[in-house]
Amino acid sequence: MTSTAQPEVLRAPLVVEFPFTRSLGPVQSAFLSGLRDRTVLGVRTGDGKVLVPPVEYDPVTAEEIRDLVEVGATGTVTTWAWNPEPRRGQPLDTPFAWVLVTLDGADTALLHALDAPGPDAVHSGMRVRVRWAEEREGAITDIACFEPYEGDDAPSQPVPHSGEFEDAVTGIVAPARLDYTYSPGGAQTRYINALAERRTVGERCPSCRKVYIPPRGACPTCGVATEEAVEVGPAGTVTTYCIVNIKAKNLDIEVPYVYAHIALDGADLALHGRIGGIPYDQVRMGLRVEPVWTEGGRYPDHYRPTGEPDADYETYKEMI
Amino acid sequence: MRPPIRDIAVVAFGQTDHTRTSDEQSEVEMLMPVLHQVLDATGLKTSDIGFTCSGSSDYLAGRAFSFTMALDGVGAWPPISESHVEMDGAWALYEAWTKLLTGEADTALVYAYGKSSPGSVRDVLTRQLDPYYVAPLWPDSVALAALQAQALIDGGHTDEPALAGVAARSRESATGNPHAQLRGSVPHGDYVVNPLRTGDCPPIGDGAAAVILAAGDRARELCERPAWIRGIDHRIEAHSLGVRDLTDSPSTRLAAENAGAFERPVDTAELHAPFTSQEVVLRRALSLGDDVDINPSGGPLAANPVMAAGLIRIGEAAARIHGGNSRRALAHATSGPCLQQNLVAVLEGEDQR
Ligand SMILES: [Zn+2]
Repeated sequence: MTSTAQPEVLRAPLVVEFPFTRSLGPVQSAFLSGLRDRTVLGVRTGDGKVLVPPVEYDPVTAEEIRDLVEVGATGTVTTWAWNPEPRRGQPLDTPFAWVLVTLDGADTALLHALDAPGPDAVHSGMRVRVRWAEEREGAITDIACFEPYEGDDAPSQPVPHSGEFEDAVTGIVAPARLDYTYSPGGAQTRYINALAERRTVGERCPSCRKVYIPPRGACPTCGVATEEAVEVGPAGTVTTYCIVNIKAKNLDIEVPYVYAHIALDGADLALHGRIGGIPYDQVRMGLRVEPVWTEGGRYPDHYRPTGEPDADYETYKEMI
Repeated sequence: MRPPIRDIAVVAFGQTDHTRTSDEQSEVEMLMPVLHQVLDATGLKTSDIGFTCSGSSDYLAGRAFSFTMALDGVGAWPPISESHVEMDGAWALYEAWTKLLTGEADTALVYAYGKSSPGSVRDVLTRQLDPYYVAPLWPDSVALAALQAQALIDGGHTDEPALAGVAARSRESATGNPHAQLRGSVPHGDYVVNPLRTGDCPPIGDGAAAVILAAGDRARELCERPAWIRGIDHRIEAHSLGVRDLTDSPSTRLAAENAGAFERPVDTAELHAPFTSQEVVLRRALSLGDDVDINPSGGPLAANPVMAAGLIRIGEAAARIHGGNSRRALAHATSGPCLQQNLVAVLEGEDQR
């Protein structure tokens, strides 16, 4: 038994990035196709209100709405907020105002950015107009931002629109990226640090005495913290396995190969790892294996046969 | 509202200290002491619990199915009756309450946790917005709250000094809350997004909370003065900010009405208003007068562990009843931008019916 002194916390960058691909309904398709062609469309509800941006179902009655109208590219700010430090992905990279703008002919407001010299130049009720993006593809970002508008022409009335465009946009790809700094917590930090020293260290539940590997800090049966560090292995027994026939992206391993559950000696839970050093069709339940570390590796690259006789089924049947 | 078919009470409440970071602990390591706290308070073992429900978010953790890891902390083997909501734990409590109403369980463990420290919560929360028209612009959570604050100022419902007053009162109240992250005098600070300053915004932090619910006589066995849930309801408004009146919260008012909040006055209200300006909206929606003790815990302006802060409001309100400091308390939880979705619960001591 060794003590579980608090190790230094491990930290690593974790980036979650995905192109969010979505198909559009008829109203959204018309709206975004319209933006591409410098036309702003709204949709009229059953009680005659014009919603911009348009939706396919009335937010009050849930009635399906398809009655498209064209509204102005000028409008009035209903509320605003000055953003002194733009963040990644936001419409402008210089300080700007977030605004809700009711476009001329619309009854509801659209959220976007307003390019203005400072907060003193912005107020609710001010007149603004759309500044179109130079390259437009059928997305909300086809509106680059709004800008103050000095014109004194009367607000336009909505006019009916077919919603039909040549090469209508039917989908959007919205890239998303979130950055994290991942820390695995106490139990997993202790486990990973020990692996780097080529030791496999589980933790024992104080209540049921089971040794968990890899430890996650809690016994899932007893719901209490595991606290006693227990070195297990290095050898273990294959409890079950599968043969992988599809090559994973960015993985430099020839197929087919065997991925197995391995019960390390002294552990009460099987961990998983790749089996090497033996043809894939000769791997079997009960096979005795040991970890293989590559030069400088912080964890075992794979497990290989020890050459011992196979383990008796009775010794590992609880861990399948 | 029709009276519930069974009387159900909050019989125990526990929470972590809320801190800016907790990277020495995994989620389950952070959560487990809180689970033990509520189990110890009632004398229940994990195997005695009839139903378990939790609230958390993969987007905070940056990992899929992150809640399954936390399940280790509740003793999920052999299999238990369990559920999860990708929402604040207040909605997990609502699910547990309905489960107890069916009679299929007499006790429920509800927990929630959130670590905002690994990511940037202002950016993470943009991913809950309309993916077609809004999310591609990345308006962060402070920006959206600031639009609402300006609408309130323009409407004459508040001004910046009044908002500073909400912040000061909350953090002064938090001096009595050993778990709070921000306590006492906190500078109102510079603008984050005008008109909101740092002092108008909640602290960013990590934390967890748990409550135990019990029905009828089981509640009386487990707790000296159970906090009976007299009513609970939640309502949602349109997703699009531009169709809503941001100075009002009709969903809160309707939920409160359905929960029976207006039938008799409450003495305490725990409001899930992460931004000072949102307290202004909620006070109006709930018709709360100056005689009501608002957020005696300090509220989310003192500690705002995302996904747990709403459950904590119910827990804090219940704890006031457990301790005899409140006879009838209102608890509120919110979710979504600018108070889009709202839950209201009314809690009472036994002697109040
Ligand atoms: Zn155990």
